Amino acid sequence: MAENRGTGQEKAEHSLPAAISAQRVTKVFGDGKNKVLALDDVSLTIEENEFFTLLGPSGCGKTTLLRLIAGFDQPTSGTILLRGEEISHLPPNQRSVNTVFQNYALFPHMTVAKNISFGLEMLGKKPDVIEKTVGDMLALVKMEALRDRRTDQLSGGQQQRVALARALAPRPQVLLLDEPLSALDYKLRKEMQIELKQLQHDTGITFIFVTHDQEEALTMSDRIAVMHVGRILQVGTPRQIYNQPSERFVADFIGKSNFLSADVLAVEGRHARLKLSSGQEVGAAIPDGMTPDGSVTVVVRPEYTQIFPKSNDAGDLQGVLENIVYLGTDTHYHIRLPDASIFVTRSQNQCKVTEAFRAGQSVSVVFSPDSVQLLRC
Amino acid sequence: MKNDKLASGPVGDMQRKRTRRNWLLSAPALVVLAAAASGPLLIVLVYSVLSAGEYGGVVWKFSTDAWFNVVFFRDIFDGTTTLADAHMKILWRSVRLSFMTTLITLTIGFPTAYVIATRPRETRSFWLFLITVPFWTNLLIRTFAILEVIRNEGLINIGLQMLGVIDKPIQMLYTDFAIMVGMTYVYLPLMVLPLYASMERLDFNLVEAAYDLYATRRKVLRRVIIPLVKPGIIAGSILVFIPSLGAFVTPRVLGGGKKMMLGNLIELQFGAGRNWPLGAALSVTLLALVMAALLIYVRSTQSHSGSVR
Ligand SMILES: Nc1ncnc2c1ncn2[C@@H]1O[C@H](COP(=O)(O)OP(=O)(O)O)[C@@H](O)[C@H]1O
Ligand SMILES: [Mg+2]
Repeated sequence: MAENRGTGQEKAEHSLPAAISAQRVTKVFGDGKNKVLALDDVSLTIEENEFFTLLGPSGCGKTTLLRLIAGFDQPTSGTILLRGEEISHLPPNQRSVNTVFQNYALFPHMTVAKNISFGLEMLGKKPDVIEKTVGDMLALVKMEALRDRRTDQLSGGQQQRVALARALAPRPQVLLLDEPLSALDYKLRKEMQIELKQLQHDTGITFIFVTHDQEEALTMSDRIAVMHVGRILQVGTPRQIYNQPSERFVADFIGKSNFLSADVLAVEGRHARLKLSSGQEVGAAIPDGMTPDGSVTVVVRPEYTQIFPKSNDAGDLQGVLENIVYLGTDTHYHIRLPDASIFVTRSQNQCKVTEAFRAGQSVSVVFSPDSVQLLRC
Repeated sequence: MKNDKLASGPVGDMQRKRTRRNWLLSAPALVVLAAAASGPLLIVLVYSVLSAGEYGGVVWKFSTDAWFNVVFFRDIFDGTTTLADAHMKILWRSVRLSFMTTLITLTIGFPTAYVIATRPRETRSFWLFLITVPFWTNLLIRTFAILEVIRNEGLINIGLQMLGVIDKPIQMLYTDFAIMVGMTYVYLPLMVLPLYASMERLDFNLVEAAYDLYATRRKVLRRVIIPLVKPGIIAGSILVFIPSLGAFVTPRVLGGGKKMMLGNLIELQFGAGRNWPLGAALSVTLLALVMAALLIYVRSTQSHSGSVR
């Protein structure tokens, strides 16, 4: 963890200034008994033109971090740089950063067009520039027809678009989005995910997107920071986060995982032999920067495994099939291992083939050493 | 045509029954309203067109003298008619002082309400409680308290003299200024409470949004906060302006007998003046003024909300 942070920071110093760089930021709310450590020594570098996502469960400090970047709150300690310049002391109206609020916060006493032009007017832009930009923004979010509507007459999805257009109109260097899709229904949310990603690509503005929905984070992000109780646990591309979770919490929060405890038998180069608590021996690739010894945890994704009827020539795991959950696209098999824990495997359904397994049957599971992730306990 | 059929059918019957029951249920309220509001008003209206009795009261003889006297003054000796200067002066003073009082309470009350509304939720009720504390004492006592502060041998003058800022006491008592200070003090809570109510409902995310969109503090106030708390500003202004216009205790104590307001003038006619019809006519005038003020308020808000920029 500490090593990871160090390398991230060095890289930032050598390349172009990052869009946002948070250095050892801590935020404490309240004092005495009511003291809340909302952010605990957070360091983070977000590159120019990135779609960056802060992902974590509710209450982990995502909004707090956004509010510090926007300038609504001041960090208790640490600094925040915008394109290499310290902004910690600047009020929100002097930072080229705009926010799309969770509840949109549209001005109810103004029309759609007036909402969008607000930021431009405050910046003292010329009327013809404002007129043109508002037109462009309305076109960008496909709201031309509703430009003179009052915002309380709009649907949730439309309000969302106006909020986006309003925040994008002044062309901020960084756009902050605090769970902007959480109030929308499932189908609209899926559409907006794609539109948002497209919008980020078209405008070239750095997006910092907050969500507690891991699927949303994986779909949209260039990189993801996984947060937990005020700390950043891991930063990486969706693939890295999913395939090489650095901690048990990350593996558990993103996607589904099986956790097996094991002892290290031998290390050969980047490969380890492990003895599972069930007695079985398996191989596993060693992730970068880890030297396994003693006991470790093996993370196995359900879809990276295969289930077979039990045969005598082993397999990696053996157990009794307890439950078969048919999900249309695929089927989940819940297997009771000898140590009484449940192991889940998942296989994609082939066309209309009838179920080959039945509950109560003994089965074995196979996975490749490269598909598992090793964690220090 | 369809409706006719429906009305005579079972549905129509039920609807009619319901209407009748609603009327019946609201009857007590209507009776109270008629007896307590319209009745006295009607009496005042009738009295204003009767003749004055010799020792107060009215004589049941139609006369427009009272209304004539509201505006004009007839000299007893040469019978010439001039505008009733004294009345006009008092009327003007009433409107002017009430308007100033409203303006001052708004200026003081707005930041006060804002500060309370932005305190943590637990401490707000405490601050509100403090605002209402003056209501716990009698109006007369509160007014005398102000008198103690501003009279020539009062707190301010003694204090300033001791500090050597002034040699002679500043005459504050029995001036328009005194009346204004008194009314501001007495009516301030009536401004703060409705202002607070609308500010508490204000979504402070909107303030942050405006601030985020490069608005200065002044612009946030002008473009977002004031338009959104306008209902509170209007309610507070009405609640302060109207009782100020009719006030008579405060101007009596702090204005002495010299600086009268409409309320004092009316009181005078029913008391020492023994001219009940004139008192009634003046009361109706006051009522008309209040109505006009309300109408202007309503008009101004409508035209504003129609063309919000
Ligand atoms: N203004 C505040 N005062 C006190 N505690 C706060 C305040 N804002 C946030 N917190 C606390 O900080 C923690 C992180 O909150 P937040 O950043 O809103 O989480 P998230 O957005 O990830 O759900 C929570 O425990 C929350 O209760
Ligand atoms: Mg949040």
